[in-house]
Amino acid sequence: MIRVKNLTKYYGKRLAVDNISFSVEKGEIVGFLGPNAAGKTTTMRILTGFLAPTQGEAWVAGYNVMSHSLEARQHIGYFAESVPLYTDMTVRSYLEFLASLRGLDKNRIKTRIEDVVEICNLQEYIDVIIGKLSKGFRQRVGVAQTIIHEPEVLIMDEPTIGIDPIQVAMTRKLIKELSKERTILLSTHILPEVSMTCERVIIIHQGRIIAEDRIENLSSMVAGSKRIQLEVEGPSQKVTERLRQIKGVVRVRYDGSRYTVEYPAGQDLRSQITQAIVRSGWTLLSLESIEMSLEDIFLKLTTEEETNQ
Amino acid sequence: MRNSLAIARKEFKSYLTSPMAYVVTGIFLVLTGVFFAISSSTYLETSIGGFLQSGSIVLLLLAAVLTMRLIAEERKLGTMELLLTAPVRDSEIILGKFLGSLGILTVMLALTFYYPLLLMIFGDPDMGAIGTGYLGIFLLGTTCLAIGLFASTLTSNQIVSAVVAGGILFALWFIGVAANYLPEKLGEVINYFSLSYYFPDFVRGIIDTRGLIYYLSITALFLFLAIRSLENSRWS
Repeated sequence: MIRVKNLTKYYGKRLAVDNISFSVEKGEIVGFLGPNAAGKTTTMRILTGFLAPTQGEAWVAGYNVMSHSLEARQHIGYFAESVPLYTDMTVRSYLEFLASLRGLDKNRIKTRIEDVVEICNLQEYIDVIIGKLSKGFRQRVGVAQTIIHEPEVLIMDEPTIGIDPIQVAMTRKLIKELSKERTILLSTHILPEVSMTCERVIIIHQGRIIAEDRIENLSSMVAGSKRIQLEVEGPSQKVTERLRQIKGVVRVRYDGSRYTVEYPAGQDLRSQITQAIVRSGWTLLSLESIEMSLEDIFLKLTTEEETNQ
Repeated sequence: MRNSLAIARKEFKSYLTSPMAYVVTGIFLVLTGVFFAISSSTYLETSIGGFLQSGSIVLLLLAAVLTMRLIAEERKLGTMELLLTAPVRDSEIILGKFLGSLGILTVMLALTFYYPLLLMIFGDPDMGAIGTGYLGIFLLGTTCLAIGLFASTLTSNQIVSAVVAGGILFALWFIGVAANYLPEKLGEVINYFSLSYYFPDFVRGIIDTRGLIYYLSITALFLFLAIRSLENSRWS
């Protein structure tokens, strides 16, 4: 549904997006993850036709965003980061205006407004001037605008920034619901959001894609090693030494109460470790494996990137 | 075209919900009304020449103010992103904005219809000259709006837009005056480019095709430049 090929964008001399390629399949919901100024918004603006790329190509719903821009735009619902709204219009007239720009006829506009107002819980505010709405409601109006023409592809740039936690939860739920029948590219720099809503992540940093995979795969890929944490009753130095002797163990650390044992991913040394401890006459109190959180992955990837330079 | 009309309608409505259009129309009516009254009572003539002469200059200023928000405000508020990512051509955006402001100009001029009406009640005015006069000031206004709209595409600052528009408009108006001090041939050529050169003919009751073509082509030129300037923002 979305295909990006060797996309590059310079703002004057500043490189914002550096030769990126990725694709999003129909029905997929993909998180576009990166720190501020990583190039997320720029990429999305190119996909939606707001900006022209310096080099490279992109397709949305089968249409090239440069040569068949109007057709591509027709299939996109775009939630821009700044939540652009005409503050002097009522919610209704705003939605009417945007629906008519997207080619909906009069009757359709009417029924669609009823639909989206219900989906976004805006019934009571339909005839209120947008300028008088609070930030959270403006956000909802923005979402309503995004889906009014039932686009196949949703491109949402940080849709949960600056709203209260209840609304954030609502927005995520809404995104989940929308994703049943649509393709969604969702940008964010809030990591839990991605693990909650997305199936796949694309991590972008300094204009380049540094990782792209399903969330589960990503953690083992980045980790390259498996880590478990142990609580053992016994003399710490000896325990550490004994653990180090086990074949396959890469590293053992003791932080005063727990031992962290690291070994290559793909192996399972848990039984060897337990046996070693028990045979030495100590007591194993607990054993748990540590999953790398998205936060760890993200930090690891972005900082590795910096040390490489 | 459908998209342009939707944009024009929205633009016209937002003129009506902001004080700007009322202030501008008010100033226009007061100033032209005063000049209309002075000229008809001083020269005892049953023409709207006084209104048109003063109105033309006032119009230059007011067009710059009326059009300054058209694109600049959208850029400032970020709503340009909505328009430029909607399935709408850049030319449709510009045309819609232009038609919206043209609507206000039409209303503004329609509100002055009581000047000729007064003349008809109290005298026997030359209706032909009144008709061409209105045609002239409408054409001039159209051109001014196109130039103002172009200026508005250049910046996200409304004040800058108004100043640039005012600058272009007054430059085009007064090169006609400056032309009189130039060598005859050169002066004549420069005159052809002046906003003020063809206007007096319309006031006198003459429809000069050159004037028609001049105003319409300058309008088209600046609308074209506005479209290009809008397109250009995608390449920033």
